[in-house]
Amino acid sequence: MSDLTITALRFGFLLLLWVLIFSIVSAMRRDLMVGRKAASGVPSARQVRKNPDLAETPPTPAKQQARQLVVVEGPLKGTSVPLAASPILLGRAQEATLVLEDDYASGRHARLFPQGSRWFIEDLGSTNGTYLADQQLTRALPVEPGVPVRIGKTVIELRP
Amino acid sequence: MSQLSTLPKPRRNVELALLLLALAVGIGANMLVGVDQEKAFDSDFWFQSSLLAVAALVFHGVLRFRAKYADPVILPIVVALNGIGLAMIHRLDAPGEDTGNNQLRWTLIAMAVAIAVIWFLKDHRILRRFTFISLAASALLLILPLVPGISAGEILGARVWIRLGPMTFQPGEVAKITLAIFFAGYLSSNRDLILLAGRKVGPLQFPRFKDMGPMITAWLVSIGVLIFQRDLGSSILFFGLFIVMIYVATSRISWVVIGLALIAGGGFVAAQVFSHVELRIYGWLNAFTEEVYGRSPGGSLQIVQGLFGMANGGLVGTGLGQGRPDLVPFANSDMIIASLGEELGLIGLFAVVLMYLLLFTRGFRAALGTRDAFGKLLACGLSFAVALQCFVVIGGVTRLIPLTGLTTPFLAAGGSSLLANWIIVGLLLMISHTARGPVDTTPLPPAKGSEATGIDTPTEAVKHL
Repeated sequence: MSDLTITALRFGFLLLLWVLIFSIVSAMRRDLMVGRKAASGVPSARQVRKNPDLAETPPTPAKQQARQLVVVEGPLKGTSVPLAASPILLGRAQEATLVLEDDYASGRHARLFPQGSRWFIEDLGSTNGTYLADQQLTRALPVEPGVPVRIGKTVIELRP
Repeated sequence: MSQLSTLPKPRRNVELALLLLALAVGIGANMLVGVDQEKAFDSDFWFQSSLLAVAALVFHGVLRFRAKYADPVILPIVVALNGIGLAMIHRLDAPGEDTGNNQLRWTLIAMAVAIAVIWFLKDHRILRRFTFISLAASALLLILPLVPGISAGEILGARVWIRLGPMTFQPGEVAKITLAIFFAGYLSSNRDLILLAGRKVGPLQFPRFKDMGPMITAWLVSIGVLIFQRDLGSSILFFGLFIVMIYVATSRISWVVIGLALIAGGGFVAAQVFSHVELRIYGWLNAFTEEVYGRSPGGSLQIVQGLFGMANGGLVGTGLGQGRPDLVPFANSDMIIASLGEELGLIGLFAVVLMYLLLFTRGFRAALGTRDAFGKLLACGLSFAVALQCFVVIGGVTRLIPLTGLTTPFLAAGGSSLLANWIIVGLLLMISHTARGPVDTTPLPPAKGSEATGIDTPTEAVKHL
């Protein structure tokens, strides 16, 4: 093979290496954006068909829309937190939305998050577990208003 | 902690496109190494290229099937690195040597094991149950090379090999995974205790003495590896892994301070007492002295030849197959970075280093996204282990730090290292699958008697959210 071809191939290979790297970086670009709207835009019809809860239907005035979280038992009894559209972190850590002063709670104990028109609770690998109506959570479950959620000695409820 | 609520998308097609590009890099490199010797398209080339391509595509297919939300860029990066490594090892084979095909065999075995990990483990959280079993396994793996009978004895000054029939294996490579599992399991359950207790001195909060137990253990393990196995690289790797994981778990800078103090003390004593450590450091500082250059053992010939090779490569390199990286001892394993630097130049070497960087960031991205503390720590630890290994090796080859015997992940010739690193990739892919996938909101199965209805199918209520 002629020298020219070999030189061309040599530089072509270096170019190919960098093409790979730039393709990888541009494939990652989506992850670098923050926030749902910016990252994914409005879900397409196909995505909505696949995951029905993505449909941005105006929050239908459900029978009982939970509007606040109330502590019904434990050291913080009586405290209430209004529910907005953002997830709520429960635990003893200072960054938690509701800081539980409860020796039986973990730093980042559980997370309460909205999906569709409902709120779900998910245990974040806590030491003593999270109980929804006396059943220990092993995955995210929907929380209906009025159903007690127990974390350590604290019991919380969603209220309309 | 940021919980980015992006729409879960599998993005497997992106992965396929990048994978094809990565295969083009690997196979292109393999073609280029033989291009001027008129053996570019011999049967070896077709055999190796097709096997690599088939294995990568099978891996991709398994991800579509088993972990469809896994990170789409991890597999292409690793396949590209592995392909470049295979090409370079194949190129460095003297006539009659078969390291290239041996490396290909190990690549296939390692990919098969990684596939098996993804296929059978399903969820990384299961590993948390094996916290203390992992500790025992790590201890066993680290002691094996010292046991007479299975030990392969002292090879190149280090006792890190065992003999399994006709093959040799380095159990320490696998030990970094089991140690990461142990640290992640231990720290995710005891984090609160370690975090809350302790005395405050100035801006630093120091832990209680009794919480230092694991730290002391990790320190003893790495010092033990240094003394009994004479392996400086693994010793740095294990201790660095522990410091980073405890720092990530507690975000206390005091741990890093204590850890660095311990390793500085231990390292200083080791350098005074053990001749091999002292020789390494002296050879590193005075590499270009004639007396050091020619000394055996512990001379600096290898590292200096590597530097000359890279200098010869310059900015754009001599071109694959056209330099003389074979002049450097261990050009296809310890010094493969120097070989790549010579033939691909600074531009190519930077591309390789960037690939490692991207792999590392993807590991951390998976750690940020996953919701359980164990998965976060495990992903951080594993990706950091790969990154630290790269730093120790590339730093050693470029004479930033003393050269140690760690392997370059995915590139260097050596089966144990490939196997361990592909298992790490399997675990990272699985963690990123849970991190990027939708939150599992299917209800618990009723306690008893309803197995017949299928446990994982969502009930009507959830379908109509």
